[in-house]
Amino acid sequence: MNQVISEQKRKIHPHKFTLWVAIGSILMMFAGLTSAYIVKRSQASWLMIEIPMMFWYSTATILASSVTVQLALKALKKREMINYRRLLVVTAVLGVLFIVLQIVGFRQFAAQDIRLVGAGSNASYSFLLAISGIHGVHVLGGVVALVVIAIRALNSSTRSYSSLPLEIAATYWHFVDALWIYLFIFFTWMK
Amino acid sequence: MSSETISHGHAAEASVHSHDSHEAHGHDHHHEESFLSKYVFSTDHKMIGKQFLITGIIWAIIGGLFSVLFRLQLGYPEASFPILEDLFGKWAAGGRISNEFYYALVTMHGTILVFFVLTAGLSGTFANILIPLQIGARDMASGFMNMLSYWFFFLASVVMFASLFIQTGPASGGWTIYPPLSALGQASEGSKLGMDFWLISMALFIVSSLLGGLNYISTILNLRTKGMSMTRMPLTMWAIFFTAVLGVLSFPVLLSGAVLLLFDRNLGTSFYLSEIVVKGEILPNEGGSAILFQHLFWFLGHPEVYIILLPALGMVSEILSVNSRKPIFGYLAMVGSLFAICILAFLVWAHHMFVTGLNPFLGAFFVLLTLLIAVPSAIKVFNWLTTLWKGNIRFTPGMLFSIGFISLFISGGLTGIFLGNSTLDIHLHDTYFVVAHFHIVMGVASFFGMFAGVYHWFPKMYGRFLNNTMAYIHFWVTLVGAYLIFWPMHYSGLAGMPRRYTDWSNWQSFNQFQDMNRFISTVAMIVFAVQILFVFNFFYSIFKGRKVTSTNPWGANTLEWTTPINPGHGNWPGDIPEVHRWAYDYSKDGREFIPQTEPIGAYESKH
Repeated sequence: MNQVISEQKRKIHPHKFTLWVAIGSILMMFAGLTSAYIVKRSQASWLMIEIPMMFWYSTATILASSVTVQLALKALKKREMINYRRLLVVTAVLGVLFIVLQIVGFRQFAAQDIRLVGAGSNASYSFLLAISGIHGVHVLGGVVALVVIAIRALNSSTRSYSSLPLEIAATYWHFVDALWIYLFIFFTWMK
Repeated sequence: MSSETISHGHAAEASVHSHDSHEAHGHDHHHEESFLSKYVFSTDHKMIGKQFLITGIIWAIIGGLFSVLFRLQLGYPEASFPILEDLFGKWAAGGRISNEFYYALVTMHGTILVFFVLTAGLSGTFANILIPLQIGARDMASGFMNMLSYWFFFLASVVMFASLFIQTGPASGGWTIYPPLSALGQASEGSKLGMDFWLISMALFIVSSLLGGLNYISTILNLRTKGMSMTRMPLTMWAIFFTAVLGVLSFPVLLSGAVLLLFDRNLGTSFYLSEIVVKGEILPNEGGSAILFQHLFWFLGHPEVYIILLPALGMVSEILSVNSRKPIFGYLAMVGSLFAICILAFLVWAHHMFVTGLNPFLGAFFVLLTLLIAVPSAIKVFNWLTTLWKGNIRFTPGMLFSIGFISLFISGGLTGIFLGNSTLDIHLHDTYFVVAHFHIVMGVASFFGMFAGVYHWFPKMYGRFLNNTMAYIHFWVTLVGAYLIFWPMHYSGLAGMPRRYTDWSNWQSFNQFQDMNRFISTVAMIVFAVQILFVFNFFYSIFKGRKVTSTNPWGANTLEWTTPINPGHGNWPGDIPEVHRWAYDYSKDGREFIPQTEPIGAYESKH
């Protein structure tokens, strides 16, 4: 009897667990994309990619947002609700800023007369756009989650101190951050 | 611990213990639900499972009908059927199926049956209905995500269905949608708008199956009832678990391949395109690689085969054991072989690409890994046969379909050994031998698993039985018909008859098979008619079938038969039962069956 009870001890909330499996799934998608990139790179007519400076700024932004979301979680656990809400909004804004900076970065290619899509485009730059774009969509998903949590936090009628939703969102947020760092290093290395 | 007793049909009485229930919200009390929340936007796993099943049935009728149409063309290439022109207009001008229409039909037949019926209809149905019932949970880890999973599937269905009605027709480049054909609208009618619809529909479908798969994994790993250790789970649960893992890891790769294809189609990129001339027009694309798509596609495509097959393997194992009144032979070997198939599924994708110019040295590894799949497959067949051996077999419709499944799995598996050899594949690739192989081992076999599951768990789903007479007619005609359709194709395939041709009558080497083709087409129509009989039986029995009178009509051990005949949302009216033993204590200690909820007796050893 004691043995079966000990088997029942669950260490992780099912929703958090689901997120980890989802992270594995998203990783497979980017593994597919980056290995396609590697295959393509070894073939003819590959162009060396020059990463514009703007991508460094966006990287710094998303790194900063990871710090703020962690601080928000800390604030929530200490019940510093005003601080918590403020940090939550800052994180979401940084997330949007990241996407804006990415778009600005891609616009700089156009200024250099490099075509990302359409006639005369080269697959190397198209890959950069497609992979970063799909990553951006994932960041956007995180922003939506943060906004939903922020609205709930600002709405005084539903007062919830459960840190679970934010813990899940924060884990996801760190993941898309780490994913971008991986992609950034990948693009710089594998040009 | 408080305990109350419930009866189990057969004289068994088990105590049900209260324990820390996973979901604290009390589902015991019947609360009024609106039509919308009960039947449409339901978060109850049982209702979602039924939604998947009925949507799958509708798709199966459409996909099956398409095969009847193109078999009509293949069997009677000279004949003219004016009714076809009345129905399909320019697609069947003069009462004959046009080439474009033929390609559209085979493409949609493949897409619909592989994805919409045998993926969503099969694992969507049985994962949803069985997981919480068999592991002892109130519902899935996230009922809302589960609901979203169905509605994304529904959206995908709507988009795919809409693509059948657009002016240029649905996608028609084969279900594998290889570029450059699928990437260039000017290449064929079906590569125009229909192809975009196909890709959008598949993207929605992938989202649906990921949402579902995440939930299945999380539920099985986290929400098992007290005492339900992993090795006490019924084999259906193991099979569905591995299916979900395969889906979660392989579908995203298809999605990335599809997104790149969408880029190539609509944004003029060159991921897959290089140096192409279409109808005299020189395209600007250069530097792309069409083979890249095949790698991305088959990295999903091969696991997809097992996503289709694995749930059938699991359900067949369970149904065989219940209806042989014997424990499953080699439980751990069954789990181990499922695991081995799951791993190998990711390592064999290039056997679909032996003739693409793949390095023969590399091909040798893929041959070896492909042939290795024969080992776990043979273990499974051996264990099924030894489970049947000297069993007290009850030939229920579910049992017959399970035995039929084993037959098909063996016949189809053996031809896999031929095709897995890269040297033989030079001759056999793209012939009817391939068509025969995958239809038997993946198509019909998985359908048999699905039918077995429907016949076996229908009483749990609707509280009524399916009609047995219709079920037996369904079984025998389908089994004999499947062999009569696909067995002859092996011969024409060995003779080199290629797939995807609408008409061989002017082709000297192959018009000798015309009579055989006519025979196959005739049988295909009879088999299709019998499937309609099954559909009739299904819907008729929902309302008029014989009522189930005991909670455990099959005398099975698993937890779903401890619920009321028509379980409400939350499954068990009281506490979730506790599990004390594995699911396969049949004919033990002079007892016909001992449910999982019964504590281990003083003279028993633990499982």
